[in-house]
Amino acid sequence: MVPTNYYVVLSAILFGLGVFAFIFKRNIITIFMSIELMLNAVNLAFVAFSQALGKLDGQVFVLFVIVVAAAEAAVGLGIIILIARNRQSLNVERVDLLKL
Amino acid sequence: MPEHPILDYLWIIPLLPLLGSAINGLFGAKWPNKLVNWVAVGSTGLSFFSALEAVREFFQLSPEQIPWVKQYFTWITAGNFRAGFDLQVDQLTVVMLMVVTGVGWLIHIYATGYMVHEGGYYRFFSYLNLFMFFMLILVLAANYVLLFVGWEGVGLASYLLIGFYFLKKSASDAGKKAFIVNRIGDFGFMLGMFLLFRTFGTLDFVQLFAKADPWPADAMGHLGTFTIACLLLFMGACGKSAQLPLYVWLPDAMEGPTPVSALIHAATMVTAGVYVVARSHILFSHAPTAMLAVAIVGCATALFAATIGLVQTDIKKVLAYSTVSQLGYMFLACGVGAFSAGIFHLMTHAFFKALLFLAAGSVIHAMGGEQDMTRMGGLSKKIRWTYLTMLTATLAIAGFPPFAGFFSKDSILLSAFQNEYGGRNVGYALYGFGLLTALLTSFYMFRLIFLTFRGKPRYDEHKVHVHESPNSMLVPLVILAVLSIVGGWFAAPAMLGTGPDYFAKFLQPVFVGIETAGTELEAHSLELTLASVAVGTALVGLFVAFWLYLKQPGKADALAKSMKGVYTILLNKYYVDELYAAAVVKPLLWISTNVLWKTVDVAGIDGAVNGIAESTTAIGDEVRHTQSGNTRSYAVWVVIGALVVIAIIFFWPSAGKPVIGLVR
Repeated sequence: MVPTNYYVVLSAILFGLGVFAFIFKRNIITIFMSIELMLNAVNLAFVAFSQALGKLDGQVFVLFVIVVAAAEAAVGLGIIILIARNRQSLNVERVDLLKL
Repeated sequence: MPEHPILDYLWIIPLLPLLGSAINGLFGAKWPNKLVNWVAVGSTGLSFFSALEAVREFFQLSPEQIPWVKQYFTWITAGNFRAGFDLQVDQLTVVMLMVVTGVGWLIHIYATGYMVHEGGYYRFFSYLNLFMFFMLILVLAANYVLLFVGWEGVGLASYLLIGFYFLKKSASDAGKKAFIVNRIGDFGFMLGMFLLFRTFGTLDFVQLFAKADPWPADAMGHLGTFTIACLLLFMGACGKSAQLPLYVWLPDAMEGPTPVSALIHAATMVTAGVYVVARSHILFSHAPTAMLAVAIVGCATALFAATIGLVQTDIKKVLAYSTVSQLGYMFLACGVGAFSAGIFHLMTHAFFKALLFLAAGSVIHAMGGEQDMTRMGGLSKKIRWTYLTMLTATLAIAGFPPFAGFFSKDSILLSAFQNEYGGRNVGYALYGFGLLTALLTSFYMFRLIFLTFRGKPRYDEHKVHVHESPNSMLVPLVILAVLSIVGGWFAAPAMLGTGPDYFAKFLQPVFVGIETAGTELEAHSLELTLASVAVGTALVGLFVAFWLYLKQPGKADALAKSMKGVYTILLNKYYVDELYAAAVVKPLLWISTNVLWKTVDVAGIDGAVNGIAESTTAIGDEVRHTQSGNTRSYAVWVVIGALVVIAIIFFWPSAGKPVIGLVR
């Protein structure tokens, strides 16, 4: 049996990677994937705690997160396609119409 | 079929004019004048005949059924306070009902002829019917609250009709003036109502008077509750009935069309104050101090207004001051306890003063809008009917027998002479001033007649085409002229010594226990003496006017020159308007401009609102720099925010525990 700590640490590492990528990457697709990575890191933690505590609440939450992530992917990819069409680029730095 | 069809459904009487007003007001704009006439005159006429039927049924009631009170629905309840839509009929109401609907109907008919060339024809009749509705509510109300509804309503109608020619600034100003001056009086009236409710716990006439009656006179001291309440009610009456010091609006109200002046500002609305005092006679008779105040104010107003009337040259202004003066007479009567004499004069005055105004309107009509008497003269042959009817009214107001005004004025003077409150001398003084007023009245009325109808024409006969008015105007004049003659004959038997004063006898149940007179015989001989004195006085006025304006024309101007000081003061109406402007209007305007407008409104209220808006703009201007438009910096903000939240969850002294406790 793998101790819960391991799962939590793995989850934290994945989440940290996600945050890192989220801030420092310029490609919108990569940023989008880093968000997915963070969500799944949280999912991992949920499942681990669910297993450790013997409760199903965490797993239910995971299902919710997956559903929301799917919806978000649909909307997000739509936005990305529009950006790609309008700007001919996936670089977030080029999305700067609001810039002062 | 109910036993008393109209008495059971009294609300029909006021409702008919209201319907007429609504129909004309809503649909009349596109209708031909004839249809508007039918609705307006028809509804008022039906109301008059309903009132007649009500009076017929009233006479079949047994004495214990009077006053006849019908409670239709409860309008306001709060705690033990109840104000209902309750209508009441007693002898006093009957008199008022007949005067209002009868004279009102005649004036409606007259107005169909007079207003025919005017714009806003339907609007005029809509307002006029609205006035009838409120006036009928006023006289039929069975409690002070409903009476106040009518009271304010007639004020509104008066405002609308004075300002009927609203494109003319003087007219709309006069309307506003009437409204505002009346508010001052109404303020007192409301305070009076509040005080009465606080003291007696009800504002229904029947209950209130039953509770007040057992108290002895002056029960609460010379300045006790009764006196204060009565003086406050009288303040309202002063506003509505144009008494000193609130009379200033009535002369200006002549800006309205002439039928309005006749109906509202002579015959009915302005007598509402007298009606209220007479209606509250039980309260007033318990407050001798207030009675004395009423008598003195009435007497002073009568004399004051009569002196101003002496020198006015505008035909309607003379009549306006004459109205103020005659209203003073009515209050004088009420003040000396002769309520029935006051109401008697109210009725006769409604006849002859309405006639005077309508005849004056006919003159103005004939002269093509000219109102200045110095540019008239010699009209008697050209407009004979107008001349004859106006002469009748003048004889009536001057108090010549057997015209109506003679009897009513005579009974007022008699009551003043016999007044005992405040000592006999007060009574004699009131009588003396009353008699002097009668002299002045006779003088200025005949001055009006001579200047307008006799002598040589002073207008350009080639330009002004003088023509007699149409029949729709002449018929009401003739009817009112007949009423001005026979309207006072109720009291004739008493004068001749062959019977009682039928008018006073009719009102006796209402004013029970108040009319005080000496023994019949002594009173009768006294009455005859005083009557001859009064007629003699009126004759003097007639001859002075004849001498000054007909026999030796030019003498009047010479007299005016020799008494320049007095003449100027009178011509400028004692500078009362100027005094009010300086003492009340200017300070109020100053406070409104500098304190309320520039300080409270602009600096305070606008300042607060604009300040909030401006500070929001300023804050936004600073904060918008955080929205850099750089997507990745937003990401950093999101992360920092998340970190802060996590830090708070972990390190918050109390909130942290359960979260940490979760991770075992």
